[in-house]
Amino acid sequence: MPRESEPNRPPHYIAAVKEAVIAAFVAFGLFALMIGIRTDQGPTGALVITTRFGLLAELVAAVFAGRLAFVLVRRNINLSIDRFMPASAKSAAAGLIPYATAAFLVVALIVPIVFYRDRYLLDLAILIVTYTMLGFGLNIVVGLAGLLDLGYVAFYAVGAYSYALLAHYFGLSFWICLPLAGILAAFAGILLGFPVLRLRGDYLAIVTLGFGEIIRLILLNWQDLTGGPNGIPGIPRPSFFGLPFNASENGFAATFGLTYSATHRTVFLYYLILALALLTNWVTLRLRRLPIGRAWEALREDEIACRALGINTTATKLTAFAMGAMFGGFAGAFFATRQGFISPESFTFTESAFVLAIVVLGGMGSQLGVAVAATVMLGAFELLREFDQYRMLIFGAAMVAVMIYRPRGLVATRAPSVLLSARKDIPAKIVAEARTESSA
Amino acid sequence: MEYFVQQLINGITLGSIYGLIAIGYTMVYGIIGMINFAHGDIFMVGAFLALIAFLVLVAIGISAVPIALLLVLLISMALTALYGWTVERIAYRPLRRSFKLAPLISAIGMSIVLQNYVQVAQGARVKPLPPLVRGGYTLFEGNDFAVRLSNIQIIVVATTLLLMAGFSFLVARTRLGRNMRACEQDLKMAALVGIDVDRTISLTFVIGAALAAVAGLMFLLYYGVVDFFIGFLAGVKAFTAAVLGGIGSLPGAMLGGILIGLIETMWSAYFSIEYKDVAAFSILIIVLIFLPTGILGRPEVEKV
Repeated sequence: MPRESEPNRPPHYIAAVKEAVIAAFVAFGLFALMIGIRTDQGPTGALVITTRFGLLAELVAAVFAGRLAFVLVRRNINLSIDRFMPASAKSAAAGLIPYATAAFLVVALIVPIVFYRDRYLLDLAILIVTYTMLGFGLNIVVGLAGLLDLGYVAFYAVGAYSYALLAHYFGLSFWICLPLAGILAAFAGILLGFPVLRLRGDYLAIVTLGFGEIIRLILLNWQDLTGGPNGIPGIPRPSFFGLPFNASENGFAATFGLTYSATHRTVFLYYLILALALLTNWVTLRLRRLPIGRAWEALREDEIACRALGINTTATKLTAFAMGAMFGGFAGAFFATRQGFISPESFTFTESAFVLAIVVLGGMGSQLGVAVAATVMLGAFELLREFDQYRMLIFGAAMVAVMIYRPRGLVATRAPSVLLSARKDIPAKIVAEARTESSA
Repeated sequence: MEYFVQQLINGITLGSIYGLIAIGYTMVYGIIGMINFAHGDIFMVGAFLALIAFLVLVAIGISAVPIALLLVLLISMALTALYGWTVERIAYRPLRRSFKLAPLISAIGMSIVLQNYVQVAQGARVKPLPPLVRGGYTLFEGNDFAVRLSNIQIIVVATTLLLMAGFSFLVARTRLGRNMRACEQDLKMAALVGIDVDRTISLTFVIGAALAAVAGLMFLLYYGVVDFFIGFLAGVKAFTAAVLGGIGSLPGAMLGGILIGLIETMWSAYFSIEYKDVAAFSILIIVLIFLPTGILGRPEVEKV
């Protein structure tokens, strides 16, 4: 900062107070009407206003204090992570990643055994794994191929409605519909992918957003087929490879000589989605080693360079879209069978933004990061259940904060897919030769 | 015929509102090449501030409609501009040198923040406002259908024209406008010749937000209701307008806005009102595919 070298600069705390006063003034301007005055519908239907000057004063004071503390702390203390974590500790932490992954996996596997009696926790766990799977799917598109998709929920919807409609009209079972849902969603992905291939990053984002909204609006308005806003009720629940989860004689419990319990199905659903999520993860990891996966990552880094190297960007983008969409479709079919009821309300833009936030917070491209982010976010959401209104507020602010302070995500270790086996030192002679040649 | 003329009038009114919002998108995109996803929500904040300001003015006894409206316009423009400035300062400026999708993701976060902030502060319910400007003119009648031009429609279109004229003057003739055009051509070069780039970008956000505030007030007057969610749809449609007109071009934004307004109104009138948003989104996709530079835009060359 050039200003710091100026002579006769007033002491830093005066500057800090000055900044805090400005921040307080701005805060007052921002909050004066919006917070200071509340509008509500009165008994006659007309709006009446009530003042909340106390709250306004508290908020402005909080901004003043917060800014003051921030400026002073930033000046006096180096808060950067490098200070607390020397390079050796960092590399050690990176070495811990495989163990962390294994530990995470073990925990995920034993959750239903440990919390067998806690229905609430089981449901939360299913939700977390569902979002992890969605995160994995979106990670292929956003994290690997670098295509920002704001309409990912459309594929989730296509999967869910594929299963619901096929079961409703043709009576097909879940196990037949699951692959079909994936295939149909992949087709939707290709359908979207084809026209948008030529678009650059941010245009692409807006188009995918429009596509997501179009799918939702069609589901909402095509009442004859989808039931419109009333949704589709009575979607069949999954069976254990043909054995239904009920108290009948050929049900799951009776066949294995267990006493019937409703928890069996919940546990089964949990392992089902866990298997699907792990499948997604495994496929992603394998794909990353294939030429197509490397092409995705190359595409993310530089599209022009990609084309110059002869990579078929059209095919590369399309496969990324189709792959991501397929896993979204699987997750959608699972969602439909778990809920037993779906309506367009479950597939709004907020849902897309939520999955995107999971991928972003997890660190784009990092599989463990996505799982951790899904757990942290949904866990935080549950903890904040009492402060319902503030949940989304905090979550939006977290997205901004992560972009500013940790743009690589919370778990910022994207393992490189390709590692050079040995580092080669280039002799100074060759470097010098190259220099003279280029300048000549 | 009468029905068509009426829809034309309604479409142009709606299009003027979209055009005012679209200017904010197009200016920001022109200068720093990002889609300010939160701009639609800035418009929503502007509408809310106008509503609250109006209620406060009535409460303290200023109820003569023309004076109140003028004051409301000034207050909401000033405060919404402050919102625009703050959003840029907090969420975008630190990301100037980040990777290319970072500002867009940050903008999505900001959009969520603004929506929920208004919801927390003012409640989720729809806020109705009784019509302030009544009356109008019957232009002509025929086939039992009277074509009407209401006063509020005149106000909306006239205000939009006035602001467009003023704004075009600002961009073409003033020092700030010259700085903005320089920044649009090349940020680094502009900085080298002594233009305060950060300040110019800030002011761009401030102006965009002020225009969005006007659009918010017009929306409030025209429809008589606001809620915290209006910014999303209006934002996407205004962005469509900006793209259709050619992003980066000011007359393009206005033209695109009016076209989108007309298409939406005509679609609702002649086809189905349920699918009017589908029509708007489809146009966005079609335009981006077949006419990515828009009607009045310049082709963009990506350099290595």
